[in-house]
Amino acid sequence: MTDAALEPVVAAKPQAPLRRVVSDFCENRLAVFGLVLVVLSIFVAVFAPLISPQNPFDIANLDLLDAKAPPGSVSGDGKITYWLGTDGQARDMMSAIFYGMRLSLFVGFVSVLAALAIGVVVGLVAAYAGGRTDAFLMRIVDIMLSFPAILVALILLSVLGKGIDKVLIALILVQWAYFARAARGAALVERNKEYVEAATCLALPPWRIVFRHMLPNCMPSLIVIATITLARAIALEATLSFLGVGVPVTQPSLGMLISNGFEFLLSGSYWISFFPGVALAIAIVGINLAGDHLRDVLNPRNLR
Amino acid sequence: MTVGLSVRNLRTHFFTKEGVAKAVDGVDFDVAPGEILGLVGESGSGKTVTGFSILGLIDPPGRIVEGSSIRFNGEELTAAKPERLRAIRGAEIAMIFQDPMMTLNPVLRVDTQMIETVQAHARVSDAEARDRARKALVQVGIPSPDERLRAYPHQFSGGMRQRVAIAIALLHKPKLIVADEPTTALDVTIQGQILFEAQRLCRDSGTAMIWVTHDLAVVAGLADRIAVMYAGRIVELGRTADVIERPMHPYTKGLIGSVPSQNTRGHRLAQIPGMTPSLLKLPEGCAFKARCPIAVDRCNEMPALEEHRPGHWARCWRASV
Amino acid sequence: MIVYIVRRLMQAALVMVVMSILVFVGIYLIGDPVLMMISPDASELEREAVRKALHLDLPMWQQYLLFVNDALHGNFGKSFLAGQPAMGLIFERFPATLELAFMSLVISLALGLPMGVYAGLRPHAPGSKAIMTGSILGFSLPNFWVGLMLIMVFAVMLPDLIPGWPRLPASGRGATVDVLGVKLSFLTLDGLRHLLLPAITLSLYKGALIVRLARATAREVLPMDYVKFARAKGLSERRIVGVHVLKNIMIPIATVSGLEFGQTVAFAVVTETVFSWPGVGKLLIDSILLLDRPVVVAYLVIIVFFFVVLNLVVDLLYSVLDPRVRLESRAT
Repeated sequence: MTDAALEPVVAAKPQAPLRRVVSDFCENRLAVFGLVLVVLSIFVAVFAPLISPQNPFDIANLDLLDAKAPPGSVSGDGKITYWLGTDGQARDMMSAIFYGMRLSLFVGFVSVLAALAIGVVVGLVAAYAGGRTDAFLMRIVDIMLSFPAILVALILLSVLGKGIDKVLIALILVQWAYFARAARGAALVERNKEYVEAATCLALPPWRIVFRHMLPNCMPSLIVIATITLARAIALEATLSFLGVGVPVTQPSLGMLISNGFEFLLSGSYWISFFPGVALAIAIVGINLAGDHLRDVLNPRNLR
Repeated sequence: MTVGLSVRNLRTHFFTKEGVAKAVDGVDFDVAPGEILGLVGESGSGKTVTGFSILGLIDPPGRIVEGSSIRFNGEELTAAKPERLRAIRGAEIAMIFQDPMMTLNPVLRVDTQMIETVQAHARVSDAEARDRARKALVQVGIPSPDERLRAYPHQFSGGMRQRVAIAIALLHKPKLIVADEPTTALDVTIQGQILFEAQRLCRDSGTAMIWVTHDLAVVAGLADRIAVMYAGRIVELGRTADVIERPMHPYTKGLIGSVPSQNTRGHRLAQIPGMTPSLLKLPEGCAFKARCPIAVDRCNEMPALEEHRPGHWARCWRASV
Repeated sequence: MIVYIVRRLMQAALVMVVMSILVFVGIYLIGDPVLMMISPDASELEREAVRKALHLDLPMWQQYLLFVNDALHGNFGKSFLAGQPAMGLIFERFPATLELAFMSLVISLALGLPMGVYAGLRPHAPGSKAIMTGSILGFSLPNFWVGLMLIMVFAVMLPDLIPGWPRLPASGRGATVDVLGVKLSFLTLDGLRHLLLPAITLSLYKGALIVRLARATAREVLPMDYVKFARAKGLSERRIVGVHVLKNIMIPIATVSGLEFGQTVAFAVVTETVFSWPGVGKLLIDSILLLDRPVVVAYLVIIVFFFVVLNLVVDLLYSVLDPRVRLESRAT
């Protein structure tokens, strides 16, 4: 009563049938829901300037008399409805959230892409070179991974100071090791396959073998790791900003907005922290819900 | 009969997404007390599922279909409550599996796994249970039993592990042992030893045994009666000597013919052409007809298991009598 | 076995040395070393004096050795704000953090393990699906947000809306009891009340991981032959799950819990900030924001040491739990 044995595949297909992946993915309602949340967040982030009732960072727009207005109230001059209320500086929460989402997603995406690039290169090189290079690189990766991301980021930012670019550096540094290890793992599996031997026999240059042949086959697991890492990056940036070591006050991300509202929590103006928090949760949970099912769908065992 | 095992019209089907796999589809046989029955068949014949069905160990999506009857010492097992089945397993009917490496839990000690078996069916102290375990190990011929009890499964060799499994099966002196290919995973020499031990133990204690195997040669020297299974049904059933020397069903003949022996040295081994049909798509009529050298049109109708000779049954329109 | 321990100790020592070099390079080269020792508002004369006193004219490797020497004596300079030795401050606040981390470990295991095993045993029950979705939420939601939500609900909203509903404290540590010179708060009722919300917050991430791991392992273990054999022996379901299945699950759970404990202590930084819990994490954040660098350096060294020791303990624990590993290493 065993399953049919899996036949070894001699020639590897470079790309999994995309259509089947999509249809498998759509079977799970939760995953689709997650995807919807993600699309919503991206939409909001991209079109923030167009859909925000007000530009919250232009001081000319702010009327301090409207500060700490509860959700649903109307501005003093009657022009805007503060659907989600205003904060301590009379900024419209909804607009602030849209702009904040923009920054949060931007930092998340860019840092993940950069970490992916660096990590994949390191991982593939290690897998292909093998031997001492591999051991040495992986030792570094292990050490990096054994320390909690938040501490490394904290210490780095305490030395480097505040600023979006510095946050990006910290995030990239904390994340590249995941991709390196994943890429190396996937590449090692590929390396032993016949098509790599065949390519080597054809005297293709190593870089070509690695990037044109091995890389596409590692893509599924890398995509999965990328989605998980993206959620973590966004959460990490939010945490750092909340603690006050992340983005500067002039360009608040969602984490910074939550931090600003912290002091008002106990006095009843909960919306200043609550709504940015919900927005953040929507983005992160959406990515994780979709990413979780993506992992099942892209499982290499299911693809072959 | 009211004593021993009596299986009538046993049907165990697996209800999967791809369809219904009729692993066992109408099996009848009896096992008298103290008798050894060899249940022979290739992979997919349903022999293992038959064994598991007797003990009620079929997991979803499979289940024993209505109309099946398994009577053990007068009690109908298919109607028994789960707690009753649990009490029977390991005490009155015991099972030995094929791969002893996988049947013993690798992170628990051997004594733990034996003592828990004792205490599952008898209210005895730990010391008493340990004593019983030790005696059982001696019975199956394992030296230094006290040391062995404190060891972990992976510290034993394959043959030793299987002896431990046999010892566990014997702890409560069951009336029936179902042995599912117990020697398939072992070396041939060890195989011989285990076969000998099993036969001796059964004779000494009057335990009945169903020995499930794909290897006809193994049961030829061991069993009192042989039942040959194909695609979920019994196709031949009779005393060992009868089945081996005067087989009636073409499949049995094919099996015997494909066993290497002195007569076949230097000659090409006879093979049964073709493959077992998929249990999801069984053909109409006799399941063997596609591979049978003497199939005719009549074989499109399923033959019944007929007693063509006294005590010797076959399911074939053209059984050689 | 001894060989194994010695080998691991040497690896640990190596990691410590490497880390100390990195810390030294990081703090002393990137930042201004003088700022390590005196506050930023000191005058130029004072700076010169300190520069000489700190031997900054000496070659790098000598400075490093001095640093190591000081470190080994527990001397990291004095905190600018508190005036006390930095290391002393850290030691004073460490028990609070450890208490919080332990409590959250207990909660995550006590809740996560049964839920995960249940989800593994009955994967299609509606409760299981809820548990799995909950676990995704558990490790997605940022630590600080959960803390804020808990405060909002349990310390503000529910007590406001429902008369008589107890108001859980949102900050600070409760009354402590002195045990062997260490102040512990979970032994008092007031202490427990203060521990509850922060510990729950901190336990969410790890609890979610445990649920998923327990479920995955349970699903791996249940179809195994030895489970079927255990049933064939007539063992009760309770024994099968409680002993056979659970013992196999405990190995990866214990390993993960051990490794994650370090992460938990690190994440405590956030929880302590949200709840104003007087632990080492809050100390770190305050020190970073107020540029109290001796404390930061001291924290770094302690935390690295803590991690190295923790990894070592987990490795040893693993070999104890899994007899296959233990006996094989004895043979080699």
